Amino acid sequence: MNLSKISSTFKEIRKNYIAYSLALPAIIYTFIFGYLTLPYMLIAFQKFNYKLGIWKSPFVGFDNFKFFFMSDRAWQVTFNTIRLNFLFIVVGTAAALLLAILFNELKGRRFSRIMQSTILFPHFLSWVIISYVVYSFFATNYGLLNQTLSWLGLPQENWYSEPRYWVSILVTVNVWKEVGISLVIYLAAIAGIDSSLYEAATIDGANRWQQVRYLTLPLLMPTVIILSLLALGKIMYGSFDMIYAIIKDNGLLYPTVDVIDTYVFRSLRLIGNPAQAMAVGLYQSVVGFILVFGVNMIVRKVSPDNALF
Amino acid sequence: MKTYKTFDTINKTFITILAFICTLPLLLVLIVSITDERSIQSKGYSFFPNQWSFDAYQLLFSGGSPLLQSYLISLTVTAVGTFLAVMITSMAGYTLAARHVRYRNGLAMFFFVTMVFNTGLVPWYMISTKLGLQNNIWALIIPSLVFNPFNLFLVRNYMKQIPESLIEAAKIDGANDAFIAFKIFFPLSLPVIATITLFYGIGYWNNWFNAIMLVDKPNLYPLQYLLFKLNSEISMIQQMQSSLSSMTTSQLPSESIKMATAIVTIGPIVLFYPFLQRYFIKGLLIGSVKE
Repeated sequence: MNLSKISSTFKEIRKNYIAYSLALPAIIYTFIFGYLTLPYMLIAFQKFNYKLGIWKSPFVGFDNFKFFFMSDRAWQVTFNTIRLNFLFIVVGTAAALLLAILFNELKGRRFSRIMQSTILFPHFLSWVIISYVVYSFFATNYGLLNQTLSWLGLPQENWYSEPRYWVSILVTVNVWKEVGISLVIYLAAIAGIDSSLYEAATIDGANRWQQVRYLTLPLLMPTVIILSLLALGKIMYGSFDMIYAIIKDNGLLYPTVDVIDTYVFRSLRLIGNPAQAMAVGLYQSVVGFILVFGVNMIVRKVSPDNALF
Repeated sequence: MKTYKTFDTINKTFITILAFICTLPLLLVLIVSITDERSIQSKGYSFFPNQWSFDAYQLLFSGGSPLLQSYLISLTVTAVGTFLAVMITSMAGYTLAARHVRYRNGLAMFFFVTMVFNTGLVPWYMISTKLGLQNNIWALIIPSLVFNPFNLFLVRNYMKQIPESLIEAAKIDGANDAFIAFKIFFPLSLPVIATITLFYGIGYWNNWFNAIMLVDKPNLYPLQYLLFKLNSEISMIQQMQSSLSSMTTSQLPSESIKMATAIVTIGPIVLFYPFLQRYFIKGLLIGSVKE
């Protein structure tokens, strides 16, 4: 039984060896950068030494985790990560919905296209470029904002040393950069709504606002919910590019904008403590996985077609 | 009826103003890049500088500037990387879409698992350095950039719509899978291939993460990383300035040169933008249709 199964597997691979070898580069890549990374997670439980490697470095149990969770940094970076991502999702979705409804009322297709392209443009820029944009507004000496403040006779502010401003700044910048994407998706979702519904509503005497309120918005809700849930699943991750490009190693701003990803990066590359970095990374992976899994279960209940797995 | 017309006008005006505001920040960067240094010193960054100057660009494209080297690196990495990535992804996409391949779904699972569970930065860094992907051009091409399972599923879903009978007919004529993939499936899948080319291309052009993690040699800095360093390390600007001795110290455009580098980095994206946004929107819509 088992033997025949193996031989049939062997036969299948021999029969379609060309097809399988077409996938071989992708398989090798995924094996190395996906599956071979798993043993390295052991580092989280070790006093890691580059010379000894993962098999010979001494084990220290949960010391690395203790170090992280005993410090107030753990709470701080987790809170910052979740708060920033949560605000990105909420503010971003609200802005995109509002825009999508306004765009949908536009008559001229050409005009709508041009405006969409304009709003989408910043999405294609790297966060390094965006960091220059931010810098040109908030720089202490020459920044536009401080120049304007002094022109108005108001006192200047040292933006890059005041953590309290940066949550709002990052949320604004993120919405500015990414709102175009959500706009395009929501517009496509609106275009997919059965037009006979609107015809029926018009016959029943519904005005445009009522059509938006009682047709467009409710019919968009499934898309909104799915996209938000998927984003929630990734709430422990991300924004390294954004935060590190804009904030760099400016410790003054850490209280509000230092996130898990930047913390891990610093532990690994600047402080040079891979074991510590891995412990925090593992915490992030596990919580992240549970979130993706949980969110997927919810999505599968709400709308099975949109579930990831 | 009349209220609708008023609303339309207000709506159009509002959207125009909004789109304009969206472009303002980039306009500021552009204007500062062509502002005379003395004007910046007296007036700061401004939409209405006292005096214009192209010194920054002149300096950037002068002989000793690291910009040209970085441009070359970025172009090479983007061209080679995108080509490899598109090949790897499309070939695997065919295997996963071909119904006569019995283990296609098992393979799909193999790729999918890595999308859901991510081991994070440290193992990725360890593997990359172990493979010698450090301080060479391949470090900027291979790790995390050369293959993305999300794009693979995009290609597979598109190729699944191609009728299986085409494969059977070609097989009867004696064609093998490689021939069918390259000569029949790829030409029929051009829209999705254009989309992933775009995704990978943008990914490579905008990437600086690989550089910050795996590269220390300045002559390997891609454009984005050079830009990143420029704002954090003053020594880089001084080095650039010393290469152009014809200017007196007071004229050295140390502020505008940062913005000029940013503009030069955006250049190719602006150039390809009409093409970019068309296929990007198409790709988003393909991606949102599952199976």
